[in-house]
Amino acid sequence: MKTLEEIHKIREEKRKELDLRVNTKADTREKHILVCHGTGCTSSKSPEILENFRKILKEKNIENVRVIMTGCFGLCAKGPIVIIRPEDTFYSNVTPEDCEEIIQTHIVEGKIVERLLCKDIDGTIVNRLDDLNFYKKQKRIALKNCGVINPECIDEYIAFDGYRALERVLREMTPEEVIETIKASGLRGRGGAGFPTGKKWEITKGYQADQKYVVCNADEGDPGAFMDRSILEGDPHSVLESMMIAGYAIGAIKGFIYVRAEYPIAVKRFQKAIDQAREYGILGKNIFGTNFEFDVEVRLGAGAFVCGEETALLESIEGKRGQPRVKPPYPAESGLWGKPTLINNVETFANITRIILNGAEWYSSIGTETSKGTKVFALGGNVNNIGLVEVPMGTTLREIVFDIGGGIPNGRQFKAAQTGGPSGGCIPVEHLDTPIDYESLKTIGSMMGSGGLIVMDDTKCMVCLAKFYLEFTVSESCGKCTPCRIGTKRMLEILEKLCNGEGSEFDIYRLEKLAVNIQKASICGLGQSAPNPVSSTLKYFREEFRQHAIEKECKTLECKALSKITIDPEKCKGCGLCQKHCPVNAIEGEAREKRVINQDKCIKCGTCLTNCPFHAIGN
Amino acid sequence: MEENLVNLTIDGVKVTTKKGTTILEAAKEAGIDIPTLCFLKDINEVGDCRMCIVEVEGRRGFATSCIQTVEEGMVVHTHTPNVLEARHVILDLIISNHAKDCLTCTRSGNCELQALAVKFNVLDVEFPGEMTKHKIDDLSPSIVRDFNKCILCRRCVAACKNVQKIGAIDCINRGFESCISTVGDHSLNDVNCTNCGQCIEACPTGALHEKETIQDVWVKLKDPDAYVVVQTAPAVRVALGEEFGMPIGTNVTGKMVTALKRLGFDKVFDTNTGADFTIMEEAHEFVERFKENDHLPMITSCSPGWVKYIEMNYPELLPHLSTCKSPHQMFGALVKTYFAKREGIDPNKIYMVSVMPCIAKKFERQRAEMKNEGLYDVDNVITTRELSRMIKQANIEFEQLEDSTFDNPMGEATGAAAIFGTTGGVMEAALRTAQDILTGQDLEKIDFEQVRGGEGIKRATVNIGGKDIKVVAASGLANAQKIMEEIKSGKADYQFVEIMACPGGCIMGGGQPIKSSKIRREVDVRKLRADALYSIDEKSTIRKSHENPILKQIYAEYLEAPGSYRAHKLLHTHYVERPKYKIMEEQKG
Repeated sequence: MKTLEEIHKIREEKRKELDLRVNTKADTREKHILVCHGTGCTSSKSPEILENFRKILKEKNIENVRVIMTGCFGLCAKGPIVIIRPEDTFYSNVTPEDCEEIIQTHIVEGKIVERLLCKDIDGTIVNRLDDLNFYKKQKRIALKNCGVINPECIDEYIAFDGYRALERVLREMTPEEVIETIKASGLRGRGGAGFPTGKKWEITKGYQADQKYVVCNADEGDPGAFMDRSILEGDPHSVLESMMIAGYAIGAIKGFIYVRAEYPIAVKRFQKAIDQAREYGILGKNIFGTNFEFDVEVRLGAGAFVCGEETALLESIEGKRGQPRVKPPYPAESGLWGKPTLINNVETFANITRIILNGAEWYSSIGTETSKGTKVFALGGNVNNIGLVEVPMGTTLREIVFDIGGGIPNGRQFKAAQTGGPSGGCIPVEHLDTPIDYESLKTIGSMMGSGGLIVMDDTKCMVCLAKFYLEFTVSESCGKCTPCRIGTKRMLEILEKLCNGEGSEFDIYRLEKLAVNIQKASICGLGQSAPNPVSSTLKYFREEFRQHAIEKECKTLECKALSKITIDPEKCKGCGLCQKHCPVNAIEGEAREKRVINQDKCIKCGTCLTNCPFHAIGN
Repeated sequence: MEENLVNLTIDGVKVTTKKGTTILEAAKEAGIDIPTLCFLKDINEVGDCRMCIVEVEGRRGFATSCIQTVEEGMVVHTHTPNVLEARHVILDLIISNHAKDCLTCTRSGNCELQALAVKFNVLDVEFPGEMTKHKIDDLSPSIVRDFNKCILCRRCVAACKNVQKIGAIDCINRGFESCISTVGDHSLNDVNCTNCGQCIEACPTGALHEKETIQDVWVKLKDPDAYVVVQTAPAVRVALGEEFGMPIGTNVTGKMVTALKRLGFDKVFDTNTGADFTIMEEAHEFVERFKENDHLPMITSCSPGWVKYIEMNYPELLPHLSTCKSPHQMFGALVKTYFAKREGIDPNKIYMVSVMPCIAKKFERQRAEMKNEGLYDVDNVITTRELSRMIKQANIEFEQLEDSTFDNPMGEATGAAAIFGTTGGVMEAALRTAQDILTGQDLEKIDFEQVRGGEGIKRATVNIGGKDIKVVAASGLANAQKIMEEIKSGKADYQFVEIMACPGGCIMGGGQPIKSSKIRREVDVRKLRADALYSIDEKSTIRKSHENPILKQIYAEYLEAPGSYRAHKLLHTHYVERPKYKIMEEQKG
């Protein structure tokens, strides 16, 4: 147990000690070597790197240098990442073998290890993280502490304003004032649908009950999305603190966080955060000397995508088969065990403490008219900088893909971006300048979703893309309601027909009819949005569907049954490189003669395409 | 009062209804019948199938009318082009994954999916595709599961899990591969199923049905060497008529007996006579136990689903169970001994058929304990539904039949026996006899209203000869579980407990005519059938089992007295502790 005074003291002392983490001019002789311990870097041996640093420092008897684990820095493609503070030197793709050199050169000799510096897309060598184009347009609110503090140390969290928002709320604000602040901030749910958070709190507060619950939805399941995981891994206390603030606001004393079991690091760190908070008396009874009490439990999900749907999640917490309930009643009225329940997603919670501390006005000054604050995206696919980005609402897709993401690799063209994962839609090149906010995305047939953003280049077939997402939904449908259980399966079967060259124009009509009715008649968000990837690709790439259905042609190499690779005799110089590389000897022709592809043998692997120096081969 | 009313408009019709009413019910009040499939009133209200969707003005997407309640000023449309198209698509999708072998389906003509296909004039499947394939599970002596016909409405799951609190079946797998199965995907025969058959009664299609055994009856009826005897349970006579279009709760005893005689049974007897024997034996057993305070409360044992349930779930309470066999088993035993001897028939040639409202009886008759001198008491159990099929196959115009009476010498029964078919009936019948035994008088007060009615648990204290006897009648296994927990924890101070596995008793048994969700929503089927039984009792001249002259005669000629050695040998049984899952038995070695 710590008294409020003791916590204040920890904050004051620790903040001084950790000034070098955020201040390159910090007045200290200490150095901190920060090693990313997010899931990505961990899988690339960052724990070994950390151990190596410590071992070498000990061997060399170097004092005043500490090695710290942190959460994700964001630029996962360049991991494992090591940053040395206070000078803020950024080393990328570090291996355990590099530790010796970093200590010797950087720490002992005070010189930069040039070969481990990161090269930006434009070729410039970058010394500091913030100098990367990847970071220039970002604004970190939800990810503020990620990569700064040790997520397993409550004192470090406290040092950076941790639990100050809770203290303010409990000692200076009424629940109504808290809700007013959140409402005024304009924060909307980051789980995807964008319901105004303050309003949700207000509605839940409005229901009288002997017991209410706060639930944090950490069942992140979109393919390629890892925003929530990174927040929980990098700054678990901020989510915990915000859940407590929510509990105070709506009148709940019990919280649950529902995390997928496939996020072992996040689970471990969050549990540790709970344990530490309990130890400090921050969770429990009479928090900060007030009458407020709160406790949180972790519940593990078994990986069913549908359990991210709020009512299915509640069923799962209750120990039942994870399948949704019909709404209304909404969880705010009848949630966990029939009691009023507030459910917010991880990223939503991660914004709360900042809003309380910095004010609603500050928060609402960021973003657009209807979408305030920032949004975290997991940027992936055919883009140079794969990683986690946080941008103000209203940033355009072009800025994210080209400025932050560094554009499309291998000199290919941008074809589309998919937001909202299997529930979202694709955004074609003509909408690249659409500002990212809830309404704009909806207008163009996509949705914000939880923040997965997958970029596709011109080698991608849009029918295949739709098929990919349908495969996902079909396997993740819980099977409860008819339209989703059977309807999505039928849509997938039709898409498979199209990709195999067995489809017809009538199949496109049937796809649309199914899409419309599944959207309208399914019970939950999963079913209602399952046809979105089909509807939006049909909207923007109808011609591609038509080519598949009628001309039996796929311009990419993805639909093997429909693609055909040919050599343009005008351009072929007879060099024979294609013939040399073809794995199935499908290319015929004598030396220095123009080559021809034997279509019966060709497996459409595309090897010849990439090896032709004269761009004579096409599909 | 006023504030409890809600005004709304459905398809242009103004409706004023109670707060909390569902849109479906409100529409019904306005004469609008919204189609449903997964909905089963009070049992399965989950909104899974999506057939009942409607449009509510100002609301995004469709509303689920079977569970969403009315609101003031609501404007509902039940047949807009959007709703109709969605309903068509949903129905089409369900049919696309349903074995369309209606001609060879037991539920043809009484199938809720078929009825919808007719209503929507489905002539072709617009969205055909892969169909899920399931092996038919017919290892259980009672229930056949053909999940190629399952539409995943989960009415069976709700009946098993919520109504009966058994949970033998539930949904496994996900998405398109979802299906209803058991623990470990084993046969229903190898898991904690009690064979009550409430799942069959709940199923809208032919995915669940009884294991039909009428072919064996036809063969025996044509076998000149076989002496084929049939007996019919009390609950059959008040439900059989429904299969011929007669109103629910019509007593068709006379027509039924005529039909059975026409079918060619050598003797048509009444299980009610067996019920009178059960009362005699059970009432005496109770009186003995009551006097000795031996394993009280005594619990009835005539419901075989219940017996299997207690064997699996509360083996420690088995000494509380009456040792009496169920009426048809007692009767079968007497037919093959007393009657055979009296008529000079070789008991080996007697083929005893029981017509029962129950499918657990199919399991019960095969129990090893139900044998005497190597012969089964009963050789075949068919349900009310199966009997109706036999009558139809024999070209009998049931509705036009004259009445006739059961054969003698074992055809006469009392009013007490008739009410055996409803919850509380066994208790009441037993009390009528027990009070006469305990007081040594012929008491006039014989109606025990406290144990009548449709409630799942009916507790009462009856005063007999100055002594208070605490009794309880429970029907439905969820209620049985509550009573068993009370007994187990020592909280209960009952002396006599009646349990029937099916909610409402045998009249609502798993072998009775299947009523659609719509009928069950609109009519109290249980009450109508129960009223018919009480009416039989009321009209009976003899209403106490121990006053049945046939009983007196058989006890005098053959059995000596209730509880005698011979009575025990023929009319009593014993029970076994039964593992819930066969796999547990195997693991035990």
